[in-house]
Amino acid sequence: MYLRAPDDRRPQMSSGFALRVALMGGLALIMFAVIFFRLWYLQVLSGDKYLAEANNNRIREIRVTAPRGEIVDRNGTVLVGNRTSLALQVNLQKLARGVEARRGELRRLADVSGLSLQRIRREMHRQLLELPSAPVTLRKDVDYDLVYYLQEHQADFPGVVVQRVFVRRYRHGTLAAHLFGNVGEIDSKELKDPRYRDLVPGDEIGKDGVEYEYDRYLRGRAGATRVQVDSLGRPKGQLSVVAPKPGDNLRLTIDSDLQGAGEAAIGAFGLPGAFVAMDVRNGQVLGMGSVPTFDPSIFTRPITPSQYQSLVSEDTGAPLANRATTGLYPTGSTFKPITATAALSSGNLTTTEPYTDTGSITVGGITFENAGGAVNGTITLPTALQVSSDVFFYTMGLRMNGTLALQKWSRRLGLGRATGIDLPAETDGLIPSPAWRNRLYRQKLTDRPWSAGDNINLAVGQGDVQADPLQMAVAYAAISTGKVLRPHVGMEIDDSAGRVVQEIAPPPRREVKIDPSYREAILSGLHAAAQSPGGTSYQVFGGFPVPVAGKTGTAERPGQADQSWYVVLAPYPKPRVVVAVTIEQGGFGADAAAPAASQILSQYFNARAKPVSGGTENIE
Amino acid sequence: MMHATRTHRARPVPFSSRPSLAERVGIPYMDIGLLTAAVGLIGFSIFTLVEATRHDVPGDPYFFVERQSIYAVLGLIGMLALTQIDYSRFRELRVGIYSLMVAGISMVFVFGVAARGSRRAFDLPFFSFQPSELGKLLLALALAGFVIDGARRGSPRQRTARYLLLGLAPAALVFLQPDLGTSLVFAVITLAVIFVAGVRWTHFAAIAGGFAALVTVVLVLAPAIGTPVLKGYQEERLTSFVHPSVDPQDAGYQQNQAKIAIGSGQKTGRGDQATQTRLDFVPERHTDFIFAVIGERFGFLGAAFVLSLFALLIWRALRIVTLSKNLYGTLVAGGITAMLMFQVFVNVGMSLGIMPITGIPLPLMSYGGSSVLATFLAIGILQSVYMQAQLSQKGGDFL
Repeated sequence: MYLRAPDDRRPQMSSGFALRVALMGGLALIMFAVIFFRLWYLQVLSGDKYLAEANNNRIREIRVTAPRGEIVDRNGTVLVGNRTSLALQVNLQKLARGVEARRGELRRLADVSGLSLQRIRREMHRQLLELPSAPVTLRKDVDYDLVYYLQEHQADFPGVVVQRVFVRRYRHGTLAAHLFGNVGEIDSKELKDPRYRDLVPGDEIGKDGVEYEYDRYLRGRAGATRVQVDSLGRPKGQLSVVAPKPGDNLRLTIDSDLQGAGEAAIGAFGLPGAFVAMDVRNGQVLGMGSVPTFDPSIFTRPITPSQYQSLVSEDTGAPLANRATTGLYPTGSTFKPITATAALSSGNLTTTEPYTDTGSITVGGITFENAGGAVNGTITLPTALQVSSDVFFYTMGLRMNGTLALQKWSRRLGLGRATGIDLPAETDGLIPSPAWRNRLYRQKLTDRPWSAGDNINLAVGQGDVQADPLQMAVAYAAISTGKVLRPHVGMEIDDSAGRVVQEIAPPPRREVKIDPSYREAILSGLHAAAQSPGGTSYQVFGGFPVPVAGKTGTAERPGQADQSWYVVLAPYPKPRVVVAVTIEQGGFGADAAAPAASQILSQYFNARAKPVSGGTENIE
Repeated sequence: MMHATRTHRARPVPFSSRPSLAERVGIPYMDIGLLTAAVGLIGFSIFTLVEATRHDVPGDPYFFVERQSIYAVLGLIGMLALTQIDYSRFRELRVGIYSLMVAGISMVFVFGVAARGSRRAFDLPFFSFQPSELGKLLLALALAGFVIDGARRGSPRQRTARYLLLGLAPAALVFLQPDLGTSLVFAVITLAVIFVAGVRWTHFAAIAGGFAALVTVVLVLAPAIGTPVLKGYQEERLTSFVHPSVDPQDAGYQQNQAKIAIGSGQKTGRGDQATQTRLDFVPERHTDFIFAVIGERFGFLGAAFVLSLFALLIWRALRIVTLSKNLYGTLVAGGITAMLMFQVFVNVGMSLGIMPITGIPLPLMSYGGSSVLATFLAIGILQSVYMQAQLSQKGGDFL
């Protein structure tokens, strides 16, 4: 054949050549074996896992947030509603990659959004620490101009989205601000709470107030649209849609007119204070307010540390604090009906026992005097309440010292522990006892052990005792009805169609046995104090068209002007409502708290007090 | 001779009065296994493209299918044409072939069209032609000639060095395009040709040592002293298969998606329910990652079928290496066989997550005119080697 040169003839298959071809064949065999086994492993042994991963890959669930339920007052007036807002959000995982590119993007974002670069970084950093996977909301209520700009320049802003979100809208400004509490994104700790087990990062929950307490009703259930997406996340068709279920509405026991009247009444002095108006038959809180107050809508926007500081700082009067449930105040003479109940029930006093008030008593070398140096002569319990004889109740404190009757009855009537109201922030207060003070003394936290003087001070609501207006309202209601109520601001849960889902009517915590004659004696004394000439608040309530039973209080606080108190039950003798008011540094009870209480009751009874003259001149 | 029995196979009598078309193109004289494997693979490729690329080009569901079919027909014609030629003629033309190859590869630096940061192809009227694809075959043809021609010149060491230089020079050119995968194929062909030619084992040991040193320099030392040889993405691709990533931009992510695609195919495949390869999770699904499409759509059955065709192809190719009538044919067939083996293993291994991403097409399966044509021409050469061996056995030439 042509081209067959001698050196071109393939030699007989030498053993070396055979080995080399065999090696190639062996290599091919190994290669195919490896591929087959790998294929078998991937497709047959791990197929289920990879199928799941493939499905996971292509399905995106787009959560559709549900609007929270509205909060309405007892008459259906909407107090807290919703509005939609456009929120500027950053998805950290989708931001431009690379240090330089990311810095450039954030700088552009700062330019167009009007936020400082520093602020954006801070927000992102804060959020990253809390919940790395949730999008960071930089600003709510962005303009449409910005939205359009971002949409047109989407390529320059990877990971930046504008999301339509629901934002709480407070229809009546600051009205009842302390009750609602704010709404905010769930944090990583809350996510672990079984209470929030269906929620995901980025969801909003109630953080305080009734928003917190009734969150599971208000929250609703987010809907989800499951879409198939391609590798760039572009939707390629919908798989299923679950519509969001709006939250149920919460109807409060609050009457917004009464609430408004109460806030106006306690706000008139320009001093910190609080009020509570409660139905004594069922514990429904008709109004509860605290001054200074704040605008709850401040929490619908990202809040700066200095803003927050001004809400809780002592210098600004800590507007965020609800003094009606967290105030820790001595109660002054408003404590006396409790002392009376204890003394009568423990056999240390009868309703008719005459007592001669000489203006002072001396115990252990210390002289306790009536306020203003008054001498009331021979009196019985009702008169002692009417004129607010300190000496009478000092004596009761002295009589009960060593028996713990006063402490026992104070606690039984609801003082010294939280009332269990459906608001998360509530303090216990304090009823001082020998055990308490002696323990402090042993721990060297105080300079003296318990003495009779402590019980004497407690008997008139001075000294170490601490209570808030809500506790006083509960105690007065307990004296008048024998039931220690569990106060509540939630009345019922209604679904979006208005049907009642659940009524909120917690039973009384307990019943206390108070002899009807004792109750009658105490209430008549309180009635006389309010509406008989010579009563401590006669000048305020003397002309009030509805019979009431009320007690002033003037609590001494070290380093401050006296704190003004008033607690009143109305109508007398079958009360339906109790109003407790306190004004820090408001002076005598009849000067500040009693007029405020009068305004609140005027609103309740839709009546107005006529001016009268007479009564004791601001003396207790 | 061990293959003497093959000639007893019944064959049509040459010069019969009316040869059929099949006879005229020489089909009865070819290695039928090799032909079956090649035709089966290109057929399955077209079938897969029909299913997988229907929605890729809006308004033209058969865009890729039509083109691949045209390449297949052209490739088959080229293959049949080559079988009619005695490959041994190419030995004489080795200098011309080598020059043509180097010129072609160099031309892309001047006239080439850039795609994804790399110049690999010319734009021709109907398709973009990638000279390096055809260059693989040309290298095998030329280098085998040089090896035989230079067998008596110089010491064994000089010879080895000369062959290596001849083979690695075009590999380096391809590497600069840059096309790392194809340059590796050039290197493999070079090594295979000199391996079959009987270069000493000690030389191979030295080459292996040199290769290890090169890898160290390229991947570790060069970046360390601030003069990286590989582009960032190349290095990432080469190393990413050991650390999959969740970033869609990363090579590791692509490989992981390919693995998920194949795994999710399970035993019988997902057919039209396939999502990984349909929704763009797997990149380059009609070219480099077509095996992932097969794995997801047709499952283990489909993938095993394709692999069986490749096994048949390589078995027949290896057999032809041993059958050749002369050393030139042995070397050419050895180079081509190694090329096919390497491409199949690296491409499939890449989809299975056991080999790095190198952008090497799967022969006869991946969409692409240059690759399909070049592979068919290579198989044509193999067939030519086979047919010439048959003829030399019979001692006659019927064409």
